[in-house]
Amino acid sequence: MATAAAAAPRTSGIRFGRAARRYGWTIAVYSLFAVLMVVTLIIKPDYGAFEWNTLTLAALPLAFAATAQTIVVLSGGIDLSVGPLMALANVLALRAMLGHDLGYSLIVALIVLLEVTLAGALNGAIIVLTRVPDIVITLATSFIWAGLALLVLAKPTPGVPFDFQNLAQGSTLSAWIPNALLLLLVIPLVWIPLRRSRAGLAIYAVGSDRNAAFRSGVNLGLSRVLAYAVGGFFAACGGLALSMTTGVGSPLAGTYYTLSGVSAIVLGGVSLAGGRGGMLGPVAAAYILSLIPAVLIYLGIDPNYGQMIQGVLIVIVVMIGGLGVVLRRA
Amino acid sequence: MEPSASAAAPCVYQDPSLLPDLTVLQNLILTATPISSFRRYLADLGLGGFDLSTMPRELARPTLSLLDLARALAIEPQLLLLDEITASLPADLTSRVFSVARQLRTEGRSVIFISHRLAEVSALCDRATVLRDGKTVGVVEPAQGGEERIVKLMLGPVAEEVAAEAASPSTPATGAVAVEVRDLKAGTLNGVSFTLRFGEVLGVAALEGQGEKELFDCMAGVRRPESGQILVGGKARSFGHPADAIRAGLVLIPADRLQALLRQRSVRENIALPFVNRIARWGPINPRREKRRVATAVKRLQIDTRVTSEVRRLSGGNQQKVGIARWLAGGFKTLLCFDPTRGIDIGTKRQIYGLVKELAANGSAVLLFTSELPEIQVACNRVIVLFGGELVDEMPASDADERALLRAAHGLPSEEGE
Repeated sequence: MATAAAAAPRTSGIRFGRAARRYGWTIAVYSLFAVLMVVTLIIKPDYGAFEWNTLTLAALPLAFAATAQTIVVLSGGIDLSVGPLMALANVLALRAMLGHDLGYSLIVALIVLLEVTLAGALNGAIIVLTRVPDIVITLATSFIWAGLALLVLAKPTPGVPFDFQNLAQGSTLSAWIPNALLLLLVIPLVWIPLRRSRAGLAIYAVGSDRNAAFRSGVNLGLSRVLAYAVGGFFAACGGLALSMTTGVGSPLAGTYYTLSGVSAIVLGGVSLAGGRGGMLGPVAAAYILSLIPAVLIYLGIDPNYGQMIQGVLIVIVVMIGGLGVVLRRA
Repeated sequence: MEPSASAAAPCVYQDPSLLPDLTVLQNLILTATPISSFRRYLADLGLGGFDLSTMPRELARPTLSLLDLARALAIEPQLLLLDEITASLPADLTSRVFSVARQLRTEGRSVIFISHRLAEVSALCDRATVLRDGKTVGVVEPAQGGEERIVKLMLGPVAEEVAAEAASPSTPATGAVAVEVRDLKAGTLNGVSFTLRFGEVLGVAALEGQGEKELFDCMAGVRRPESGQILVGGKARSFGHPADAIRAGLVLIPADRLQALLRQRSVRENIALPFVNRIARWGPINPRREKRRVATAVKRLQIDTRVTSEVRRLSGGNQQKVGIARWLAGGFKTLLCFDPTRGIDIGTKRQIYGLVKELAANGSAVLLFTSELPEIQVACNRVIVLFGGELVDEMPASDADERALLRAAHGLPSEEGE
């Protein structure tokens, strides 16, 4: 389209300005992460591959939780059951994998992905069919999934096969490229084809303006169910990531990830009103949120301050973003 | 379940249906629109070389309407539905839409054109079906002097009386000065001065974007002027907030009714809202008193509803009446009407103009902007014309027919040759 655009009386300066405006938030989030990393290196000069590996392990489940929430929020919804869905995937995987080898574990993982994707689709279907607001339905189903997880596994149980754990915990390529970083590739592998398809456009469309989407011939119900289903898929990825990184099946491990996922997407520049945002920002935000407790430990501060810092950070970042909008208008 | 976009008869609505957060190109992909054909029609509409990677969020409304139209044309429909598309278009773009519609006609294709602007109907249409209250009340051939018949059919027997009254010509007012604007500058608005007297309806005629929006916003306290003065009752006032303007007796009736109304609340609460903080202060609301005042206002305006129903369930015309009723109930001195009849049927429209004139006759001052020039002569005593942010002309309503206004609103008559 670039050649066609050249015919228009527009300078490249305007085009650049527009690109900066459109992707500005993502660039800012990555810059923030870079700054935080530099600060970390100053605080802890012997920061090495081990610490980096620890960070990627901590960020992996959160990155998936944020991805799951992002796609639902882009479609104009919200999913309060992301955490419990992760827990459900986590305990289902442990029950089935216990005492088996890698090949068997991978088949289990695929089945769990399918099951939890269906659970996500069910979330969406209930919302579309009952027309009850999504926040109510997913609040209700969050209790259902959490209860189900407790039925599957009453208390935290170790026993995820080591080979399966190593899928995330090892560093196959190089010490600085841990497997936990490579596993993030699942996100673009699913997201980019979806984003380029009409179905993906339809998800953005529904979140952007439901009325206009309807007039554009978008099947609203189906698009929303699809968003929740893909959200379920990424929640399942998050649950499996928990299995790999902790080695434990825990029915309560997911609870933390619902709201942390929301934090990550807000920080990552996804509009909670729907239709605006992408995947790059939330993933970086997941890394930022995981880095903060680590930095506190290096500083010898109680890492529980991390929660408070996370809250302050969200307010400041979103406020600066809002300031940018105000300045642009003036 | 599949809406009309996939069928052979696409519809272009008053509100553009492009998705604000997808690029134009993505919008086209979403609706499976052939791009080359879209570009060709876009060029016909005067938007050749348009950059498809633009987000509709960043575009002006008229452009969006044209893009919407080009998208509908691109699938080469046999039947095209245009639903009030001209409502958001300035005159020059409207004529481009018309030439495209005529082109379709010569190719043997059909256009259904929905409009409340009679001049457009007679300019474009071969045949007009008149609907009132959901029923067909007549089929007219507008080319042969059918305009009067259309008006009659649309008004129906009851509203005709009101209309006749509203259409009677007005005389210039000589009341005391209500508001004086001195050299006001804000955005496009570049140094405008005029006086508004009690007992008159002062019309503001302008094509879109000549500073009329800024003028009303400044007077209603929505934005601060860059320089200049607004004198109310001879005293210079500075409005930092709409509440300041309301306290000074200046109230705004916006074009977008829902901007001023709480659409999920009842008619009664909406009408009561602006004077709640006057009567009750911070104490409890006196429901009986509230009810009485609201009932008076509703009766006076013939709002077609039970007052406890939600505002969003009312028709556009009735919503606008609620918007006016709240100020009647609250008491005011100066009414600022910014295109109050946009998208309203002609019966209600005339009722609103009748009401505005009645208010003026009872001693209020009214400043009225309307995007439909012929209505100025119907409603106003005097007209000021804005062009390029400056006041270029002033005339009594008797001289302000559509031709004269159009010429003035385009700047100098010799330059444009309208």
